[in-house]
Amino acid sequence: MITFTINGKKRTYKGLAFKRLIDVLREDFALTGTKEGCGEGECGACTVLVDDLPATSCLIPIGQMQGRAIETVENLGRPDKLHPLQKSFLKHGGSQCGFCTPGILMSASRLQTKKHSGIRKAMAGHLCRCTGYQQIVDSIRNK
Amino acid sequence: MSSAQVGVSVERLDAPQKLCGTAKFIDDYQFPGGLFGATLRTTIARGRITKISFDASFPWDECVIARSTDIPGANNVLFIEHDQPLLTEDLVMHPQQAILLVAHAQRVKAAEALKHIQVEYDEWEPVLSIEDSLARKHVIRGEDNVLKTCLVEKGDIEEGFAMADFVIQGEYRVGHQEQAYLENQGVAAWVEKDGTITVLGSLQCPYYVHKALVKIFAKPVDKIRIIQAATGGAFGGKEDYPSIIAGHAALLALKAGKPVKIIYDREEDMASTTKRHPAVIRHKTGVTKEGRLVAQDIEITIDGGAFATCSPVVLSRATLHATGAYECLHVRVRSTAVATNAPPNGAFRGFGVPQAIFAAELQMEKVALAVGIDSLELRRKNAWRPGTLTATGQHLKDSVGALKCLSICAAKSRYAQKRREYARWNSKRSNPTWRGIGFSLCHHGAGFTGSGEVTLASRAGVSLSQDGLITILAASTDLGQGTSTIFAQIAAQALGLPTSLIRIETPDTAMVPNSGPTVASRTTMVIGGLIERAAHDLKADLLKASRTLPRTQAALKRAAKVLCDGEPVKRYEVQFEKPADITWDDQLFRGEAYGVYSYAAVAVEVEVDKLTYEARVRQVTTAQDIGKAINPRLAKGQIMGGTAQALGWALWEHADFRGGWMRNSQLTNYLIPTFEDTPPMDVTIVEEPYARGPHGAKGLGEMPMDLPAPAVVAAIADATGHWFSQIPVLPEKICHELLRKSP
Repeated sequence: MITFTINGKKRTYKGLAFKRLIDVLREDFALTGTKEGCGEGECGACTVLVDDLPATSCLIPIGQMQGRAIETVENLGRPDKLHPLQKSFLKHGGSQCGFCTPGILMSASRLQTKKHSGIRKAMAGHLCRCTGYQQIVDSIRNK
Repeated sequence: MSSAQVGVSVERLDAPQKLCGTAKFIDDYQFPGGLFGATLRTTIARGRITKISFDASFPWDECVIARSTDIPGANNVLFIEHDQPLLTEDLVMHPQQAILLVAHAQRVKAAEALKHIQVEYDEWEPVLSIEDSLARKHVIRGEDNVLKTCLVEKGDIEEGFAMADFVIQGEYRVGHQEQAYLENQGVAAWVEKDGTITVLGSLQCPYYVHKALVKIFAKPVDKIRIIQAATGGAFGGKEDYPSIIAGHAALLALKAGKPVKIIYDREEDMASTTKRHPAVIRHKTGVTKEGRLVAQDIEITIDGGAFATCSPVVLSRATLHATGAYECLHVRVRSTAVATNAPPNGAFRGFGVPQAIFAAELQMEKVALAVGIDSLELRRKNAWRPGTLTATGQHLKDSVGALKCLSICAAKSRYAQKRREYARWNSKRSNPTWRGIGFSLCHHGAGFTGSGEVTLASRAGVSLSQDGLITILAASTDLGQGTSTIFAQIAAQALGLPTSLIRIETPDTAMVPNSGPTVASRTTMVIGGLIERAAHDLKADLLKASRTLPRTQAALKRAAKVLCDGEPVKRYEVQFEKPADITWDDQLFRGEAYGVYSYAAVAVEVEVDKLTYEARVRQVTTAQDIGKAINPRLAKGQIMGGTAQALGWALWEHADFRGGWMRNSQLTNYLIPTFEDTPPMDVTIVEEPYARGPHGAKGLGEMPMDLPAPAVVAAIADATGHWFSQIPVLPEKICHELLRKSP
């Protein structure tokens, strides 16, 4: 049995310890906001926060999550009550197809810098094929 | 009059759900009791399957297996031709060809089952290159391996060369490019109680899938239903391939009697789905000493892969853009699409134009060098303008923004100053990098080629419900580009309502009319135009029903009571009508190839590291004439996103094909641009309105992809002195060339 918190709530998982965190989130807890883009930690679409740090959930076996705090996009805001970061993405066009967006939001939510170069460097683990990144950088800078 | 809804950056209607992770992409749907499908694929490029055996140790009774013999109708995927089988019977035409399908209640078990099936082959030598296909090393299709040829002629090419002071030849090559949408291909299929086969999936063109499945399942049109789920990017990659994966899932669902979901992982998606066509393009150009183009003789060959799919129309679009946006007295363009034993190449943003423009623009640089004039001046002298007679005999009248884009881009990028500045930088040997700036200009024909829009006869509309809800009815899909928001803005403007009062119907073949495919930069211009017309029809009725135009939901409801007259909903649908003065001869390739063209110019600045030979893009400056930006922020998002894809194509995106396989079918080793690779972009929208587009709008989506690649190569030449004629210009290629020149 593995226990951890997801979005502040205590959770218990009893299945195979090597099941990927992304699959546990999506299949066992119906948190489908976290997306799989590549399955090898390259695109960052599956990024969640583990103990407040961004992590690619496709590379983490759930067995490593004992006692950890996991946070997903579902914890940020709701469509009728957006988080300030989400409002900024809405205002500055930071999301097009939206598939990379939840992962990007999770990393961006812990980003301190407002400098262009700092944002680009910190976010380089995320791929987006739609935007050319500038409107994402604008969204993060102006949150 | 309420405030303007068009020309303003309204917030995306679909963004709140996407930002919260509540938008439902196909893999976010659960199907209780459903199965997961997996696809057994060929591992050779050409031959015949001799034996398929199943490991006795595997619990096959837990699986559902579908083969070609289970297909109720035709075993082919109808597109332009019907040459591609849904499942191969025994003939192998390319690696990754689907052989049979397995479904299991557990996703991992379905994938695992494939490892317990052995396929034996009689293997034949494949045809893998354009050259081998043209030389008929083996004949793998028809009599000569040729999928399609096109010819455009204007004047007399020999006469043109006789007038020339200089004749310049060039050969240019481009490779495959992977669409790399972030969401892989995926669909779910099930059979309703009344026998209707329903598919929900990540797709661009619901009615294309519909057309293909009607044939595969031999069903009446109303017994096939295709619904778009939220779609995580497409870029052309979800134009024709979804018909295959939908056919697969539906076949398994039919056999299993349960819903079946097939979701590709990244490796399967990249290895087996379509790519941008590789091309070899040769130019022979005649020019006077004043820099006037007098002859353009162009040969294009593209690699179509094993089946026709989109290749015939990719080829015709490449042919029609081959000259670049330049007027020339005598033109001949001869083009060929050939078959090879590789997975079919297909649609990808630009659709043949990026290849054509890559060659045309680098040829302009070569001509400028030969004549000894500045390449911007050469472009200015020859660029299309009102009054131009194109290679197909089309007289350009209005909405021709090529020269305006060129001037704005040259000025905003400070092109001339930068050339001098970088020459000074490069002359200092102690500097750690070389710097350069390159320029390119292009046009992009908006909408289907030639008489394509007439043949499509697209329909779209709006509806008014008894409750006063106004809904857009169109099969055009939002793939991230913002279609739904744009449609709502256009309808809202026509009705004098805020955009927030307009709903968008899901692109679902049971609910919306056939608006044709979401491709060819046609959605805003053509379908947006239909929605505008339909909204005006509704507005006229609303004015009849209530003395003043309703402005609130409550007022709409009162008017709707009258108009709906007891029916739950009143629909206002309109159909595309052929403009009387547009003519096109599809045999001779003469006439109005496109109703209108969009134009763009770009300046790209690069820096090449003297130690690592990496080329980094420092800045992009672009001006793009799109007629009218219905939503400027969304338009800029399209321009910057397309530009980034083009930078990737030019510098990093190398699909490593060997033996007909893409060996690097992973995002780890097929490199698309990251946050750090992509430069700041300065975008200017130019609006030369098109009289037939809604509010003057013409095509936008593809053009940003068409033009940056030759500008990148020109910038690298400005920096290093070496002209590359092939992309991607990887660091090792720069290293190799520069060391070869001065070891």
